[in-house]
Amino acid sequence: MGSEQEYIDIFDRHRELIDEPCAKLLNDERAKAIIRFKATGFPGIKEENWLHTNIAKRFSADYGMNLGRVEVKAGTHDIFTCDVPNLRTHQAYIINDTFHPGNNGKPLPEGVILGSLNDVAENHPALLAPYYNSLAGKGDSTVQFNTAFVQDGVLLYIPKNIEVEETVQIVALLQANVEMMSIRRLLIILEENSKASLLLCDHSSLQQQSLSTQVTEIFIGRGASLDLYELEETAGNNTRVGSLFVRQDADSRFNHCNITLTNGFTRNSVEVSLEGKGAETRINGLAIGDKEQHIDNRTLVDHKVPHCTSNELYKYILDEQSTGVFAGKMLIRPDAQQTVSEQTNRNLCLTSCAHMYAQPQLEIYADDVKCSHGSTVGQLDESALFYMQQRGIPAEEARHLLMYAFAGEVIDSIGIDALRDRLHMLVEKRFRGELNHCKGCTLCK
Amino acid sequence: MKKDNILKRLANKAYEFGFVSKIKTEIIESGLSEKTVRLISEKKNEPEWLLEFRLQAYRHWLTLKMPSWAHLNIPPINYQAISYYADPLKKNKENKNKEIDPELMKTFEKLGIPLEERLALSGTAVDAVMDSVSVKTTFKEELKEKGIIFCSMSEAIQEYPDLVRKYLGSVVNYRDNFFAALNTAVFSDGSFVYIPKGVRCPMELSTYFRINAANTGQFERTLIVADDDSYVSYLEGCTAPMRDENQLHAAIVEIVVHDNAEVKYSTVQNWYPGDAEGKGGVYNFVTKRGDCRGRNSKLSWTQVETGSAITWKYPSCILRGDNSQGEFYSVALTNNYQQADTGTKMIHLGKNTRSTIISKGISAGKSQNSYRGLVRVSKNADGARNYSQCDSLLLGDKCGAHTFPYMDIHNNSAVIEHEATTSKISEDQLFYCNQRGIGTEEAIGLIVNGYAKEVLNKLPMEFAIEAQKLLSVSLEGAVG
Repeated sequence: MGSEQEYIDIFDRHRELIDEPCAKLLNDERAKAIIRFKATGFPGIKEENWLHTNIAKRFSADYGMNLGRVEVKAGTHDIFTCDVPNLRTHQAYIINDTFHPGNNGKPLPEGVILGSLNDVAENHPALLAPYYNSLAGKGDSTVQFNTAFVQDGVLLYIPKNIEVEETVQIVALLQANVEMMSIRRLLIILEENSKASLLLCDHSSLQQQSLSTQVTEIFIGRGASLDLYELEETAGNNTRVGSLFVRQDADSRFNHCNITLTNGFTRNSVEVSLEGKGAETRINGLAIGDKEQHIDNRTLVDHKVPHCTSNELYKYILDEQSTGVFAGKMLIRPDAQQTVSEQTNRNLCLTSCAHMYAQPQLEIYADDVKCSHGSTVGQLDESALFYMQQRGIPAEEARHLLMYAFAGEVIDSIGIDALRDRLHMLVEKRFRGELNHCKGCTLCK
Repeated sequence: MKKDNILKRLANKAYEFGFVSKIKTEIIESGLSEKTVRLISEKKNEPEWLLEFRLQAYRHWLTLKMPSWAHLNIPPINYQAISYYADPLKKNKENKNKEIDPELMKTFEKLGIPLEERLALSGTAVDAVMDSVSVKTTFKEELKEKGIIFCSMSEAIQEYPDLVRKYLGSVVNYRDNFFAALNTAVFSDGSFVYIPKGVRCPMELSTYFRINAANTGQFERTLIVADDDSYVSYLEGCTAPMRDENQLHAAIVEIVVHDNAEVKYSTVQNWYPGDAEGKGGVYNFVTKRGDCRGRNSKLSWTQVETGSAITWKYPSCILRGDNSQGEFYSVALTNNYQQADTGTKMIHLGKNTRSTIISKGISAGKSQNSYRGLVRVSKNADGARNYSQCDSLLLGDKCGAHTFPYMDIHNNSAVIEHEATTSKISEDQLFYCNQRGIGTEEAIGLIVNGYAKEVLNKLPMEFAIEAQKLLSVSLEGAVG
């Protein structure tokens, strides 16, 4: 064991400090999680799921942890104005790892809760008890680490038959002048026939090294529908370890799009469990890497019941010395007949130093299914480039056009018009190298 | 109703090659120790360097643990309960290799393997290996005229020690994996092929492996060297008797392909798969690898896997030479409780290297069938091209079909494609056949053969027919 022992020591030494501000529900799960974490430690690179991502090394840096809940004074709307034009949202912030309410215009529909996870767990434990950590409890040791140390996060609760028309935007920001670890948690519950769209933005522009672990649990009830867009725009010294767990009931719909625009070292894991007939899931991803960016996306779609549909599309564009890892698994359990499942992974390597590791996987135990996957690694089409140059488009511009079109397929799956337009713009800027920082925020200036 | 009858009738049909030959066989005591390794080496009258090589591997093996990453459920294997050497020739010690025990001859006749010169018309040179010993190699003299060496490994060690020493272990190092270390320590026999420069081997070379003795494992080692501008097509077949206990087969095949040479390696693997309840059967844990060392060299693997309780193998190509080519065509069929985790590795090292992977999996009964493949393009392998296609066909709702491809790409000029599909035989196809008077059983055989045709077409003629029959037989009882 390496760095894990240091974290275990910190935990044992400061147990009271960690427990004190937190609700019983969080502390009960914490007790179970630390036992699991102590047993395994951080995953090594010999483990199948971590072959190309050395996460233990990323945890070994000396990060500050805000266990004493020192309050960060932040006027959120002052530091963050990178909003999406023409998109009105209900906002909430996670500054480092503490919930801050946003500056909302229109009130949320009645019964909808958008608030601090810890506060709700304190005040309405019965509401959260059936959900909190029920999916993440089986997660790997980075998830157990999160459960053991987490003190706050965001809860979004949407009751039966309620549709939240405006997009809910949750912005995670890192603000500190030391090396910093942020441990955050999101719990999203959609009751029967409810509907919402959610935009999660991950921002950081710390000069120092930082690491954020984020565990998200999502429960989508019968007939409910959720669009979830995750956008990562962090800096080269940031490590992100994200785990997303989703449980879908019958006839529910989940549309996920994860876009990594700028980052340092990212690991995203998505696990979708289809537990009710007729559930439909769509998970898309786009990763654009250059310099020494490392982007690892791992997905698992678990078809447990018949008549479900899943569709997956991940695209990578790798420049300079960046590394991409994609491992997607479709698991069709014995009873999951009539499943339709499709997975596509396409990767562009632009330099000889860029590395791509792809593992699209199918594990199928039912016979009456239609499953397929495809994966390609290649470069831009020479003949297309030539065609455009022939017609007077400069080589560089032609390359951008092709790359833009390549990325467009993922962006077009976004259901919110304003966000889609904004992303088209961001991606184009990104290709032109104009997107080192977002220019709107004080943090980035 | 009708379907049920067909099912019952066919489920009772037994494995054709499940008989045991009553041949007096010398079997050494079971158990594995340094003593065993020395004893095997001594029995084969091996030179000192080879014994040292074996001991090194054995000592390394002791430090290893059996790997568990495969998608297989392998009951623990007691390596001390296996006998590592069984010699059916011992009875005729005084006239070794001249007169073969008639029982032994009968066994191979029964298996349809032409060992007699009168069967010369079949035009295939055969090396027959029973248990730990090569029984007979045919056509040796004819091949020798052309400078081709085709003999058993033991013979090669005695007669061509320099060649063997140069190439043995150069493709599969004993440190490679658990079973490679085990095989290197205790390997008993196998075939050795050397094709000299510029020679095109005039006939198919073939090795037939047979496990006969109980409680033994077969650990053969095959080494094929194709020198510059040569060509050889090599076939391999295997069967074993029906027994309630599991038997271990852990072989190594090494192939070296030099400049402009081509090797075609075909396997029809039909080890005993166990009975319908999953009792017995052979564990087939094999390391097969070819090294395309030369420029413009080509190696093609074709395999039809229908037997074995558990199959765990990945015939691979190291594409070292510039413009070298690797191919892998596979049909893997699992029925009842069989398990297979098979596929290939294509390691692109040279420039402008190409590889093709076509894998067809068929699962029936309660079996699990996995494709696992690696395509790695190293930093300097400019212009690498790979195409992989893995299809799975599911017959029945209790079986599983899995695909685990790995792509590690370190060069931006590579073009890599992988696609996989999983489906079952559609009702429409069956109905169409039924309509035209083709019974359900026959229709399924027809559809499966059509599905596997792309691979079967790559097999040499005689093998293709055998493989086609085998597919239908192995599927019998799977309809439902």
